[in-house]
Amino acid sequence: MIQFYTAAQLLSLCKDMNIPISEAMTLREIDLMETNLETIKRRMAHSWDIMKEAVREGREGGFRSMGGLIGGEAAKMKTHREEAGAVCGDMVSKAASYAMGVLEVNASMGLIVAAPTAGSSGVIPGVFCALQETYGFADEQMVEALMNAGAIGYLAMQNATVAGAEGGCQAEIGVAAAMAASAAVELMGGTPEQSLSAAGGTLATMLGLVCDPIGGLVEAPCQKRNATGAANALVNAEMALSGVQTLIPFDEMLQVMYRVGRSIPYELRETALGGIASAPTACELCKNGAACKK
Amino acid sequence: MQLISVFDVIGPNMIGPSSSHTAGALRIALMARKIVDKPIKDVTFILYGSFARTYHGHGTDRALLAGILGYDTEDKRIRESFRYAQEAGITFRFQPDTQETDVHPNTARILITDADGDLHNIMGESVGGGKARIREVDGLEVDINGDMPTMIIVHHDEPGVIARITDRLYLENINIAFIDLSRKNRNGEAVVVMELDSPVEEDVIRRLKKVPAVRKVIMLEF
Repeated sequence: MIQFYTAAQLLSLCKDMNIPISEAMTLREIDLMETNLETIKRRMAHSWDIMKEAVREGREGGFRSMGGLIGGEAAKMKTHREEAGAVCGDMVSKAASYAMGVLEVNASMGLIVAAPTAGSSGVIPGVFCALQETYGFADEQMVEALMNAGAIGYLAMQNATVAGAEGGCQAEIGVAAAMAASAAVELMGGTPEQSLSAAGGTLATMLGLVCDPIGGLVEAPCQKRNATGAANALVNAEMALSGVQTLIPFDEMLQVMYRVGRSIPYELRETALGGIASAPTACELCKNGAACKK
Repeated sequence: MQLISVFDVIGPNMIGPSSSHTAGALRIALMARKIVDKPIKDVTFILYGSFARTYHGHGTDRALLAGILGYDTEDKRIRESFRYAQEAGITFRFQPDTQETDVHPNTARILITDADGDLHNIMGESVGGGKARIREVDGLEVDINGDMPTMIIVHHDEPGVIARITDRLYLENINIAFIDLSRKNRNGEAVVVMELDSPVEEDVIRRLKKVPAVRKVIMLEF
């Protein structure tokens, strides 16, 4: 029976069997979920199709969110990248803007994959589509990489949380970015150790991020945080692939993130009672916001 | 703790913007539709807590109505559910209740009139990550999440009813994973909710409906 509850167990499994993280997660799924390789591949390929379609829709723009706070940002970044050149380079610009576009699709009631949540659904498609366009990976490789990302997200759900109401934005977009960073490392030929180092580095650099959506809606600042989460994932993948190590093991990093999350005040955990949600301009933008009725 | 699948992490596939306010809301209404199990004519949604305050911006209203129409969380028609409901001849309204605080933050009470004119009163909660549970059916307390094949049997409270039902299931080699009983009062209306390891065939349900004191048998599967 293939099962692991910690990153340390995952690593030793990868070492013993000489397999990547994606394969360890696939074997676990086959063993524990009464399923088979074909079914997993088909289901994950369907999720990948939805992600790519959301990126495509988002890039085109032309819609307005339900709350009216966002819409058209990804298209603006595309135009700027193509006409003036991206200040952060094509790769990061694409990843960030694709992530923003998916959040626009999400906020206008389009189809997305919660990965791990709807509020953080832009990060993985953003990073993955930018990588595929730049390096020409096949769809099968991207689907495998999603299994790697799934392993990191699973460890976070098993040992900490991915709910903004419990752990703040660091638990949602922070974990999404850690998942993307780890998968990017495997795609680029890195080792399981380097994947976990990238994931841990991502959590460390997004530690303490609060969840304070304007009007309680999944729009702002969520959209921009998806963009910077995608960029963060790429920077941490780059560091790990270069041999720069994260000093704190991933298991410890998850516990750190969890503890910090629970010490974030209630007002800053998805309640829209504090942070940006309670700024005077935020209250003007959404007359029904919880913070604005006080 | 329940086993976490990779598709709990990369998923659900859903119409946005919020797993709890959109996908979870839809699941409440979809379960309500299956519990009613008859064509629906009229629906009133009473919204509590965070649902009451932010339902419009989260599309909670469209998602609830989409559940009544039988759509799943991936269905692109959710956005246009108002129009589809009108076309289906279903009348509906939403009533936010911001006064009531003694409820789960994401709660909806759904009052449904079916084609026969019968009224159903179902209350559910969206509990996060797109998951939901039904907590009340026509005044009877229940706990239904729809993760496993679930059988709901409304019956008259008297000795031997459960024995006759479980005996039927035993004869069909159906294993009960979880069982929960609730009643309004002694000798009154009662409900038994059973989560089963395998789904139940139509003819078994027909036979269960003939068990004395049994009033209604509903099979929920997702």
